[in-house]
Amino acid sequence: MRNVFFSEAIRDAIRNEMLNDPRVFCIGEDIGRVGGSFGVTAGLYKEFGEERVRDTPISEQAIVGLSAGAALTGMIPVAEIMYNDFMLCAADQIINQAAKFRYMYGGGMKVPMVVRMAVGGGLQCAAQHSQSLEAFLVHIPGLKVVYPSTPADALGLMISSIRDENPVMFFEHQLLYQVSDNVPDGFEPIPLGIADVKKEGSDITIVATGLCVKKSLDAAELLAKEGINAEVVDPRTLYPLDKETIYRSLAKTRKVVIVTEEVKRGAWSAEMASNIAEDMFESLDKKIVRVGALNTPVPFTVSLEEYVLPQVNNIVDAVKSVF
Amino acid sequence: MEKRELLDLYQTMQTIRKFEFQTSKSFAEEIVQGFVHLYIGEEAIATGVCANLNRDDYITSTHRGHGHIIAKGADLKRMMAELCGRETGYCKGKGGSMHIADTDLGILGANGIVGGGFNLACGAGFSSKMLKTNQVCVCFFGDGATGTGASHEAMNIAKVWKLPVIFVNENNLYADSCRITDGLASESTADRALAYHMPHYSIDGNDVLTVYETAKEAIERARNGEGPSFIECKTYRWRGHFEVEPETYRPPEELKLWKSKEKDPIARFEKYLLENHGVSEEEVKQIKASIDKEVKAAVEFALNSPLPDKSSACTDVYTDIVEEGRA
Repeated sequence: MRNVFFSEAIRDAIRNEMLNDPRVFCIGEDIGRVGGSFGVTAGLYKEFGEERVRDTPISEQAIVGLSAGAALTGMIPVAEIMYNDFMLCAADQIINQAAKFRYMYGGGMKVPMVVRMAVGGGLQCAAQHSQSLEAFLVHIPGLKVVYPSTPADALGLMISSIRDENPVMFFEHQLLYQVSDNVPDGFEPIPLGIADVKKEGSDITIVATGLCVKKSLDAAELLAKEGINAEVVDPRTLYPLDKETIYRSLAKTRKVVIVTEEVKRGAWSAEMASNIAEDMFESLDKKIVRVGALNTPVPFTVSLEEYVLPQVNNIVDAVKSVF
Repeated sequence: MEKRELLDLYQTMQTIRKFEFQTSKSFAEEIVQGFVHLYIGEEAIATGVCANLNRDDYITSTHRGHGHIIAKGADLKRMMAELCGRETGYCKGKGGSMHIADTDLGILGANGIVGGGFNLACGAGFSSKMLKTNQVCVCFFGDGATGTGASHEAMNIAKVWKLPVIFVNENNLYADSCRITDGLASESTADRALAYHMPHYSIDGNDVLTVYETAKEAIERARNGEGPSFIECKTYRWRGHFEVEPETYRPPEELKLWKSKEKDPIARFEKYLLENHGVSEEEVKQIKASIDKEVKAAVEFALNSPLPDKSSACTDVYTDIVEEGRA
């Protein structure tokens, strides 16, 4: 065991894959000389050189489109889009190109690439640097979507994402980068599509993603004091989705709250809720409850931002509403 | 160029044209479905460029892609089968006219998004550079694509990173219905390359030998590690933007001019071969007859091929996941 920051865990995973496979390279804005806006790629430029750790102009289409072309022709790109908000500038390259190649060209192509991007708010960066757009990409057949909540998960999932032969969208919450925790020694991949029960409980299932896993665990502690024993399940990958683990938990607790940082309108949490309603309706004792951001852009000033984004007390209240 | 090589160019141009006229006919007969954008009138460009490429060199193509794909060596049978949505087609019936690809031939796909090939081409050039394979990538695109932001991001990064990419613009004067003078701020699409300090050419795209020689120079530059070039090939499409388009935006006399013997790339080259290289009418006739036979066989192959099994709709989304079908 060793204790590392979330950002270091991702870096260690990328470094390990770069050491083991000369086809792996990093590409993005400010990732080389300065080591990335959140420091994820720090040190890689010095170790692997400018050929394999590529600083780019501010050209999101080129970053993703070039990565997709390189992936088709023998390389394995790990691209960084600084904030998932900027991913929209490259939406054509992700959605119409990378996600579609294998299918529309008849199955003869492989697109082994990772697009990493910071997601979520909490740093007073306002409307264009704080969104949670994961549902946008979960909607697209051809993409896999990963959203870890701990350093250990980030490490193992990044290794699997780089080794995957499909385009993988890798979401990293801005406020998790500086969270540290133990990670196992070595570089064991965590397969995509396997959820993790972060806390066992018997009274209610909380399905949460990203930073909301941490908030849900905090909420579970408060709820325990009031005699409610919540189980917290982190799907870790939004597609492929491990429904089995989530449903097993539901069958036990018969109640569910889904907690994500997205605006609730058209959210991944709505997809999760509808899956549960379709497949597990008979197992539920109470209505499905969702906690998310308000349906507004993310505001700047701290009091407004805190109000708009889901907080621990919102989760506690949501859970109590079905008891 | 040897007579044999010249006749190969002629054969490729004729193959494209005959395949395209057949496609038009089959579309009218509702054998070919969906959208088809025909390459008739532009044959000299794909032919002249691809004659310089090795089998493992890459191309990215466009919605008007049949010509590029034939010139890069694709199998007419599998092409026609794809246009007819058959299991034996290049994309097993999942792609159609706008998405034919063959990675074994370096064809990274026709692309339904205008400007879609630019950054992809840079990626292929990047791989070649990193893996030191000495392959080049030709990016074909129309005049309309020079209006996309993607094209500018790609040309800039291609130049900064000296990628072995050749940007080949087929300027047929119309971006769908938008006349070039209404859509381009500069005189020539090649002016775009000026901004990126890229060697650039503006040539007669209906003269196959000029295309061949210009592409040769640009491809050699790319292979020598000297980075990208831009070639504007001036041309004209004989058909509408897509088949059965109600064509209301082009003056009929303009079309007539471009279809004349003086402008038609195939008639011009045929005349040149007959007058300068001792090619006989009989040789030309034989080439045409053999292509007719090949195109006919392609249609027969397509029509005799099965439609894909419905379950195949759920495969190939991922390498390792089969999506759920209908209950």
